Amino acid sequence: MTDSHRVHICVNGTVHEHVVEDRLLLVDFLRDVLNLTGTHVGCEHGVCGACTVIVNGDSARACLMFAVQADGAEVETVEGLGRVDRLHPLQEAFREHHALQCGFCTPGMLMTGLDLLRKRPLASDAEIRDGLSGNLCRCTGYEHIVAALRAARKRIGEDRR
Amino acid sequence: MKPPPFKYVQASSLDDAVVALAASGGDAKIIAGGQSLVPMLNFRLLRPAVLVDINRIPDLDFVAESPAGLRIGALTRHRTLETSARVASAFPVLAEAMTHVAHLAIRNRGTIGGSLSHADPAAELPMLALLLDATIIAAGSRGRRSIAAKEFFVGALTTALEPDEIVTEIELPRLPPATGWGFEEYALRRGDFAIAAAAATVTLGQSRCVEARIALIGGGDRPVRAAAAEALLQGRTPGPELIAQAARAARDGVDPDGDLHASAEFRAHLIGVLTARALEAACERAAGAGR
Repeated sequence: MTDSHRVHICVNGTVHEHVVEDRLLLVDFLRDVLNLTGTHVGCEHGVCGACTVIVNGDSARACLMFAVQADGAEVETVEGLGRVDRLHPLQEAFREHHALQCGFCTPGMLMTGLDLLRKRPLASDAEIRDGLSGNLCRCTGYEHIVAALRAARKRIGEDRR
Repeated sequence: MKPPPFKYVQASSLDDAVVALAASGGDAKIIAGGQSLVPMLNFRLLRPAVLVDINRIPDLDFVAESPAGLRIGALTRHRTLETSARVASAFPVLAEAMTHVAHLAIRNRGTIGGSLSHADPAAELPMLALLLDATIIAAGSRGRRSIAAKEFFVGALTTALEPDEIVTEIELPRLPPATGWGFEEYALRRGDFAIAAAAATVTLGQSRCVEARIALIGGGDRPVRAAAAEALLQGRTPGPELIAQAARAARDGVDPDGDLHASAEFRAHLIGVLTARALEAACERAAGAGR
């Protein structure tokens, strides 16, 4: 028998109770158990950033955490951001600035960008680039992603005034 | 690219974790941040029977003043060191070094106990522990003990820890007044492992160097102190010529291996250049602090 544990994990505001195998990665729990396939699996060793989600308020690689470790945690994924008919301001900025082509890296870019702008709403361009440095994109050349974050930062700043 | 099966044990106290480690007969691994361990599991480079999770052990995540300096708990995340006001004021060189550790999401999870125990030869934290003369406290089935950083790093991915020991905290002795610092790293891309890096502190007294410390990575299978370069600076007034001499001594003191990222000659060259830059910055800051 494989070793397993019962977990309660809150994903985008809904608590899910499941028995999970000890070695199940958080990203595979999200995708294969909850069918939340917005979070992508890229390199599976913490290099590409495609699986980035937010765990208890901090961005984290979902391929470098086990689901059993997230017992009791609050997890935010790209599905919690916005809907097709009502995009999150960050998603809206990505659309406006052509910050995606194939879209594979986009969920990780969005969740990393969200963590960055929540913690540093006035992030400088250098801080935006540094904050995104752990997420690989093979299409855009990054300039449009930086532009989208810059626009989202401005929008957040205007909302505060 | 999925980890082999293991039994997951959640430790609720240090005693719990030590008992679980000892009971496994050497076939267990501690998981803290998991940022180095989980890739190794996913690649199946490691197949431990048991993973002992220490994330929920209380009171291991702290940055606290102590009579000697600063105590930092093993579960403290890299991101906390990067942003801690206490670290920034007592050891700005440590705060600066943390900005070079991988990326935001990795620094959010990675712990200092994990980085020290993993002992990657290209990692910043072991080098900073060596620079700052850290004492590493470990708990095991035979009790607690203190290990000096210079005795802790034995080789690549190898430390002085016994199989049933866990790092619980480190202590960093306060730096004297009129101490300046410098940190210089060369990596192929932002957040990648360093090809080479140099960190230095210089303490001045009446414009002479009372103490100089230089720690290096990229020169071998573990972080090292550039003892010959430190000795050259001792008691003398640092200037461009003396710094160039010290940088040469640092470069001549290492014997790096080449790999597909950089040749041995390039690494040695970098050690010299980065040492000179770190010393220049340290001397300038020390002179500013002494005024």
